[in-house]
Amino acid sequence: MAQALMTETPVRADAGRFGGTPSIELRDVSKFFGQVPAVSGISLEVRQGEFLTLLGPSGCGKTTTLRMIGGFELPSAGEIVIEGEAMGDRPPYRRPVNTVFQNYALFPHMTVGQNVSYGLEMTGVPKPERQRRVAEALDMVRLPHVENRKPAELSGGQQQRVALARALVNRPAVLLLDEPLGALDLKLRKTMQLELKQLNREVGATFVYVTHDQEEALTMSDRIAVMNEGRILQLGTPGDIYERPRTRFVADFIGQTNFLEVEVIGSDGAAVEVDLPGSGPLRARPPEGVPAQGTMTLAVRPEKISLMADLPGSEIPGWDRLSGRLEEIIYVGTYTQYVLRLPGGQELAVHRQNRAVGEGEHPMGETLTVVFNPQSAALLAD
Amino acid sequence: MSSALPVSVDGRPRPARRGLLGRSGAGDRALALVSLLVFLFLYLPLVVVVVYSFSAAEIAVWPIEGWTLDWYRELSRDKEIHEALQLSVIIGVVSASIAVVLGTLAALAIDRYEFPGKAALRFAVVLPITLPGIVTGVAMLSFFSVLTWPMSRWTLIIGHTTFCIALVLNTVVARLGQLPRNISEASADLGAPPWRTFWRVTFPLIRPAILAGAVLAFTLSFDEVIVSFFLQGREPTLPLLIWGRLRIGLSPEINATATVIVLVSLAAVLVSNRLSKQATLGG
Repeated sequence: MAQALMTETPVRADAGRFGGTPSIELRDVSKFFGQVPAVSGISLEVRQGEFLTLLGPSGCGKTTTLRMIGGFELPSAGEIVIEGEAMGDRPPYRRPVNTVFQNYALFPHMTVGQNVSYGLEMTGVPKPERQRRVAEALDMVRLPHVENRKPAELSGGQQQRVALARALVNRPAVLLLDEPLGALDLKLRKTMQLELKQLNREVGATFVYVTHDQEEALTMSDRIAVMNEGRILQLGTPGDIYERPRTRFVADFIGQTNFLEVEVIGSDGAAVEVDLPGSGPLRARPPEGVPAQGTMTLAVRPEKISLMADLPGSEIPGWDRLSGRLEEIIYVGTYTQYVLRLPGGQELAVHRQNRAVGEGEHPMGETLTVVFNPQSAALLAD
Repeated sequence: MSSALPVSVDGRPRPARRGLLGRSGAGDRALALVSLLVFLFLYLPLVVVVVYSFSAAEIAVWPIEGWTLDWYRELSRDKEIHEALQLSVIIGVVSASIAVVLGTLAALAIDRYEFPGKAALRFAVVLPITLPGIVTGVAMLSFFSVLTWPMSRWTLIIGHTTFCIALVLNTVVARLGQLPRNISEASADLGAPPWRTFWRVTFPLIRPAILAGAVLAFTLSFDEVIVSFFLQGREPTLPLLIWGRLRIGLSPEINATATVIVLVSLAAVLVSNRLSKQATLGG
């Protein structure tokens, strides 16, 4: 598949928040289980205090990467540096990181208070300070008054908070989170996403978060590393990843995208002219990192496309324009998805916001004209 | 709502009573009768032993003519039985203790590591409880003869330990299998070296299973006859002593002894059940 593309966007709105030495460095790290590669030579720098998400489908190597940072797996090759120190084969109990596990992994035979103070006890923090910090940590995750309860007496969401408190109470430089919200229901997950983001700002620790949920990644992360087949395909801010995917996999995995096969005709620097078989010439944003030539994939997201009929005035200068027969209407609540069949036989999904009830509906079979800004149409090499 | 429906105290309609197996009437009564017969078959002999242990007559007669505690008094003065009991307890405690250490270690190895021959190891450890006692007995007897070891309480302990290990291993492996895998990782993550993880997390969580296995092992060792028969030295264990006396004739004192053993075993089984229930509930 694609090569690892890892250049970062130079301009970041909140670049000032991160500085100094990187919190975590992965240098060409690989992991094999027997003959099977789980992670194939990834390099990555995580900045101090950053919320970085490893995003990918199951089996992409994201959890293995996290487990190598935590010390639960040792890399087959390459080096992991945390806070300027090479980890080598250092065991988990001697690393400056703490982990929030997928199913919380709370100690069932201990009370909540004992769970949270466990890490402090291991590092020899004296009892009065332990008690103070445990209370603080439980306050921070908004779970006071549960110290004497057993984990089994708490709800899933509460257990999740205990797991967070148990990790954060140790004031780790790095907090690793392995799909921690997976077992919670949607509403609670959304609340916890915001809280995690807030906690990241408050405590200043570096968060490395593993998930397969693209929406979760977009909501919380400072940067996202999209992984597949043991490699990082693209690393960037949520905006970068969503608006400027470099490969078909990234465009497809995050959000919904129309993929159209096109032939490159020419380029004028600002835009590339391409031919969509059956529909004629279109303009698109130049591809990044690869030259515009031959057969390429034009990727355009359904919500970037508008129905001509919805736009005031008749012509938008310089926008791409396509016509197709309406073949499918799917009502999704906040928007309606129209699927058009283009003259060349391709399908094109268009999302139309449902702004007013019953306004501007179209019958099946109608031929619709749609437009989109060429800057929203990305050319992909694959 | 039909007023013909039976109504419970709080006024809500109650579902109609349905028999076991969804049938009612004759079928239910037949099933109850069969169940009763099975329980009688299982427990009537025990009841008989207990009842006759209080009978004044030297021989078992019906109806019972008088009640006495004489046999218990006699039992309390019987040196031979005391010594046999002591031996049985020693052998049970020592065998169960050795089994707890070895069985728990083997269980940890089986649960935690992948190694060649793991299935074979598990099989080899569990085999002694599936082998007929006579096979184990004869095999060990000839083995010790080859070594020219005289039979003694030590050979008895070795013999009993073989099946005790299997009992502890099974209960502990089952418990370890229920523990979330990442719980010891969480402990390491929080700064605990392996031995502290074991004592603070793993051991407290498997302790009920270890105890349950130990009680079970002790109980089985305590009333074991066949293997003991082959491996005993000059002093008999309690079951062997009882068996030896029965050859002369059923004495009421044996009934009293049996009653005591039944009570002790019952207590042990209850404790063991209680512990394994705790183990599965996560204590």
